[in-house]
Amino acid sequence: MKYIILLFLTCLSLCLSQALLAQTASSDPPAEAALVPSEPPAPPSNVRVSDLANDDGHGIRVTWDLSPDDGAGRSSVISYDIYRTLNPNDPDSLWKKVGTVVLGVRTYADRGEREPGSGSYLPKHTNLYYRVYAVGAGVRSAVATAGPAQATDDWFNTMKVPELIFCLVFLVLTVRFINMAKKGIDLYVRPLAGIEAIDEAIGRATEMGKPILYVLGIGTAGDIATIASFTVLGRVARKVAEYQTSMIVPCCDPVVMTIAQETVKTGYADAGRPDAYKEDSVYYVTSQQFPFVAAVNGTILREKPATNIYLGYFAAESLLLAETGVLAGSIQIAGTDQVSQLPFFVVACDYTLLGEELYAASAYLGREPLLLGTLKAQDYLKAIVLVCMVALLALRMITGADVISKPFDAPWW
Amino acid sequence: MKQQIPLVLVFVFGVLLAIQYFVPSEPSQRFYEVALDGLTVIGIFAMVLGIWSQIHVGYNKIKRRAEDWQYSVVTLVSMFGMAFCGLSFMGGLNGPIFRQLYNNIFIPIQAAIFSLLAFYIASASYRAFRARSAVSTVLLVAALLLMLRVIPTGPLADPINQIGSWMLMVPNMAAKRAILIGVGLGSVATALKIVLGIERSYLGKD
Repeated sequence: MKYIILLFLTCLSLCLSQALLAQTASSDPPAEAALVPSEPPAPPSNVRVSDLANDDGHGIRVTWDLSPDDGAGRSSVISYDIYRTLNPNDPDSLWKKVGTVVLGVRTYADRGEREPGSGSYLPKHTNLYYRVYAVGAGVRSAVATAGPAQATDDWFNTMKVPELIFCLVFLVLTVRFINMAKKGIDLYVRPLAGIEAIDEAIGRATEMGKPILYVLGIGTAGDIATIASFTVLGRVARKVAEYQTSMIVPCCDPVVMTIAQETVKTGYADAGRPDAYKEDSVYYVTSQQFPFVAAVNGTILREKPATNIYLGYFAAESLLLAETGVLAGSIQIAGTDQVSQLPFFVVACDYTLLGEELYAASAYLGREPLLLGTLKAQDYLKAIVLVCMVALLALRMITGADVISKPFDAPWW
Repeated sequence: MKQQIPLVLVFVFGVLLAIQYFVPSEPSQRFYEVALDGLTVIGIFAMVLGIWSQIHVGYNKIKRRAEDWQYSVVTLVSMFGMAFCGLSFMGGLNGPIFRQLYNNIFIPIQAAIFSLLAFYIASASYRAFRARSAVSTVLLVAALLLMLRVIPTGPLADPINQIGSWMLMVPNMAAKRAILIGVGLGSVATALKIVLGIERSYLGKD
């Protein structure tokens, strides 16, 4: 018994000693944690202010030479604080702190708001003065002031010159190929299995006496993928009307629904069967992603469509829809420009249009010179981009200079 | 006339917004914001059409006693029920009944639908990874390596991790970028076709 008591007392004393030690350790501030204000670092020099380029007229660029204590000397600089005011004679309290940058940085873009009521408003065409302090541990340097500078807006963004050149080249190529197509020169377009399968799929639906489900995705009418899908929808509607079968078009966006209704109606009219068009065949479900999936999956499982066509903008619902279609035993044709969703469509659908193939579908189906011209221009531009990429890569490997990203960091002309 | 006015509007706004992209000045930014606001307003008006479509389709199904018409009853009752509970005298969108319905019915149902994805990934993978051809065998091997990459494999962990990272960063990234470049060019081409009136499918006539 006494041994047990002895053991208990030993354990108790050990615990108490541990607790006391811990308390002592926590009450003593560690030597390194004590913030002793050091000597102020030397201030930055040669502070310049200028209008911020390529902006809406509410920005100023502040530039300075690093403090001698930034990464050298006493190495005491931690950051730089930037202040702004309208009057250089204002007391310190009226200077407004607009930003902080870490050591080693020599510039700061003060981008203000346009609205006078907002806290970070930066007035246009008004003299502005700036101060830059080098900040050390609990201290800051003497002030370095600069100004005045006025913010003005720019009428051309010089950083977008490459994009402008790209668009102009594309425009020239497009016009050239449209003219070639109009002259009757044959422009080859490689076969798209997914689009060629549409007729076969509609025929299958007719034989089985089951409807065709056409899903335009969850995008808005402004999405390029949705617009490309409208073209295919028009063709499918015409074929459906010719084969006298039925189609179901559930929509996730009311604007998309309105356009889809008009497209399907026109398809039926073009096929000479406007009376066969049913207004209820194109309907709005909901704008919410997963409720839309639930509704469409319910339709697939109840109606068991012979063919499901998914063309447009898709996100996480791609596999949910496509797998339900597999369960229903439908032939499935899908296409989207969302790279992350393509693998899901590839594994679950019979045919998949990859990325740009969706955009090419309208030209492929129509074979009109105007549409084929743009398609050809797109192919040639792709070749130009490829050649540029290989050339820049080779140049980089040979010279070692950053010729790929550097020209896009700042204007090179 | 029905075709001409939308075509002119698309051309004018298309060209103006294309110019706006290159002009950073304040009036240009304000024009862009107004255009975006206009889009929102049109969307709100279109929502009325959407709700009307929902009611119309549901009501017709119930009236004709079409197959599975009971689902339409559930849809319409839920739609009107939620709308009623969201009215101001019921406490609005932060009212207790609306919150209860939203948090305890809507969100769990939504989560349940999303969770199906896990099972669908498994079933889709099973079909895709059957080694029926050389290509699907490559897919199977690549998928196996990537799956092994995220589980502890002892001394094999390092080489598997390196192979997996290489597959993700080199062949996978190259394919993704190729598709993205095509998508980017295709987007520009489609936008140009729409602005120039070459592509008119959105007008309801292809």
